[in-house]
Amino acid sequence: MYTKPRLQGRPIWHVPDEEIYSKGHLACPGCGVAISARLALKILGRKTILVVPACCFAVIDGPFPHSAAGVPLLHCAFETAAATASGVRAGLASRGDTDTRVVAWAGDGGTYDIGFQALSAAAERNEDILYVCYDNEAYMNTGIQRSGATPFSAWTTTTPAYPGKLEHKKDLGAIMIAHRIPYFATACVSYVDDFLGKFRKAREIRGFRFIHLLSSCSPGWKISEADSIESGFLAVRSRVFPLMEVEDGGSTRRITVNPAPVPVRRYLERQGRFKHLKDGDIDAIQQHVDRRWAELASRFDLPKPAPSHAAPAAARGAFPGADGLARLLQAHAATLSEREREFIRELLSSMWNNPAYASQSDQDLVGLAITLSQLAGSF
Amino acid sequence: MPRRELLTGNEAVAQAVALANAQVIGIYPITPQTTIIEKICDLAAKGAFHPRIIHVESEHSAMAAVIGAAFTGARTFTATSSQGLALMHELLHWAGGGRLPIVLANVNRAMAPGWSIWTDQNDSLSQRDTGWMQFYCESAQEVLDTTLLAFRVSERVMVPSMVVLDAFVLSHTSEPTEVPDADTVAQFLPKYEAPYRLDVEKPCSFGALLRPPFYQEVRAKLQEAMEGALKEIDEADQLWRKLTGRGWGIVSGYRHEDADILFVTSATTASTARVVIDRLRVEGIKIGGLKVRVFRPFPFEELRRALAGRRLAIIFDRNLSYGHHGIFAQEIKSALYGWRGAPPVSCYVGGLGGRDVTPESIEGMVRRSLGERNGELFSWVR
Repeated sequence: MYTKPRLQGRPIWHVPDEEIYSKGHLACPGCGVAISARLALKILGRKTILVVPACCFAVIDGPFPHSAAGVPLLHCAFETAAATASGVRAGLASRGDTDTRVVAWAGDGGTYDIGFQALSAAAERNEDILYVCYDNEAYMNTGIQRSGATPFSAWTTTTPAYPGKLEHKKDLGAIMIAHRIPYFATACVSYVDDFLGKFRKAREIRGFRFIHLLSSCSPGWKISEADSIESGFLAVRSRVFPLMEVEDGGSTRRITVNPAPVPVRRYLERQGRFKHLKDGDIDAIQQHVDRRWAELASRFDLPKPAPSHAAPAAARGAFPGADGLARLLQAHAATLSEREREFIRELLSSMWNNPAYASQSDQDLVGLAITLSQLAGSF
Repeated sequence: MPRRELLTGNEAVAQAVALANAQVIGIYPITPQTTIIEKICDLAAKGAFHPRIIHVESEHSAMAAVIGAAFTGARTFTATSSQGLALMHELLHWAGGGRLPIVLANVNRAMAPGWSIWTDQNDSLSQRDTGWMQFYCESAQEVLDTTLLAFRVSERVMVPSMVVLDAFVLSHTSEPTEVPDADTVAQFLPKYEAPYRLDVEKPCSFGALLRPPFYQEVRAKLQEAMEGALKEIDEADQLWRKLTGRGWGIVSGYRHEDADILFVTSATTASTARVVIDRLRVEGIKIGGLKVRVFRPFPFEELRRALAGRRLAIIFDRNLSYGHHGIFAQEIKSALYGWRGAPPVSCYVGGLGGRDVTPESIEGMVRRSLGERNGELFSWVR
């Protein structure tokens, strides 16, 4: 039985224990959207209505008379998630209900392509809804066809010839940010704390909010079912999918997690959909990613670097469990795999930059943990 | 107290929507519907009612938005015409199959290409099989009364309604119209309580995958509701007659009791036909009129009763199913097939894209039908 790690009696991820999204859903093993839905609903809570167009999740939730969502779920036509959610919002308001959260939950086809017109209009009207696009980078529900979200050179059943898709992925983030909406974020379940913090923030903001999730798909990306979380780590670390948020129509633009970068090759080589690529192709993709990152880094605030020496002064002596924590980290360091070490390092670093841990005592704790993990030598 | 006002057909729709206190309205402009949504915005701005108006970017989203709102239990309305209705097509199925009591006003306008803004019925009749009731109206008063009736009947049988009116001839023509007071409307149209809705206290999904054992059963229930709707329409019509003195029937006759010949049509052409019927009666031709007001659910019994034992039925269609003939004619003939009282039928198609249907053209149809019939499927009215 897995137990959530705790600091001072509080889980280090502020993940509510209540499970809303239930067992028995129909997602493939390792499906990114199943994990996303489970975590997102823990934050959004039971007073949420999901509006779901045609997409994997429309199947995952279950056929009549089953539903795994644990909250009311309205299936809508493929291209109508944003418009239908706008109607649900207005209908609730006409009953005097302005609290219930209305969430459009759509795939990349329903967002980048067929549903884009309605999405843009709902953003322009600043509808009080949260639109979540879980982007698995192709029409996966119909069996891996190219979408506007499919990355350059990816194999799909409709881009079967070398080198795969000839065009780059549509920069939906830039388009949504240009709508100057109250909140825009990218997130990925591999960075749980960052993911949860963004849903927590989006939950409290009124007006149009958009969260873009990178959502792994083992059959579509041709990865092992066990590689779902790992592929998300590599997408972020390689800067293929930077984690960011934009608030107040653009007044705050932040990269929220900025781990030590790895070459794009490491992200690509684990996925069968890129296995046809030659060295020159990978170099070209690396250059594209570098250019995009340079653009982003010039316009977005980067997170403050995590402390690398001593623990914050305020924490010294104020935290009686420090020795215990150091011993714990040292004792376990040897037994951890490379992936687990990477995970803990990413987690601590994302906690350091997460506003959910903004209080001085939280920051002290996180800083201390990072310092200790570095002192432990193996992290 | 009711008040008398000079209203166009479109203004009559807007007045009815305000009287019904529609809660969520999706709006998008298209000629000749636009003055409906303008008037609705005007009435809302003046505080006549307090709807949530969603200014969508297309008719497709207008219908999607009212579908979303209807699933929360709100009373909903939208209006469109022609290309806009065609764009909504997928979602008309969604509203019908979803058993949502949405009311839509469609101003009949011919389909492009070439562009036409003038009336014919091909837009609404192309949506025949989407699971919507359809009411074809003739006057601003009938439009106002029928819009209120549509809300009542839709909410009782959980099937959406389309109130249909001719472009310009009715939508933009002013007529003295009685606007009922709020108390009368309240007696006719109680507050809507949805039998099922999106409710966080009772989470369930709507519209999930229906496997073959279930799908047909759900559609059979829609058919059952449609069949039951005629009785509800009749009851609503009787109640309205009691409250206001006005009733419109399911089909309605004119000088039909002793008529040998019935001129059968729908919408504003019925008004023109009455003038011709009066004229021909003077000549001693025993002709009467029959207006088909409710097209879905289709009034088989009412039509059979009305057409029983006549010497001839002349059916005029302002629409055409290409490769077949007039759509009302096809449907009326389907009601008469194999039935012993069925009269011979003479079919005409004309008035497409706003071409005038004049008293002379109607008289021409009658005279031609009284002469030698050559057995053709239908004749054009040019």
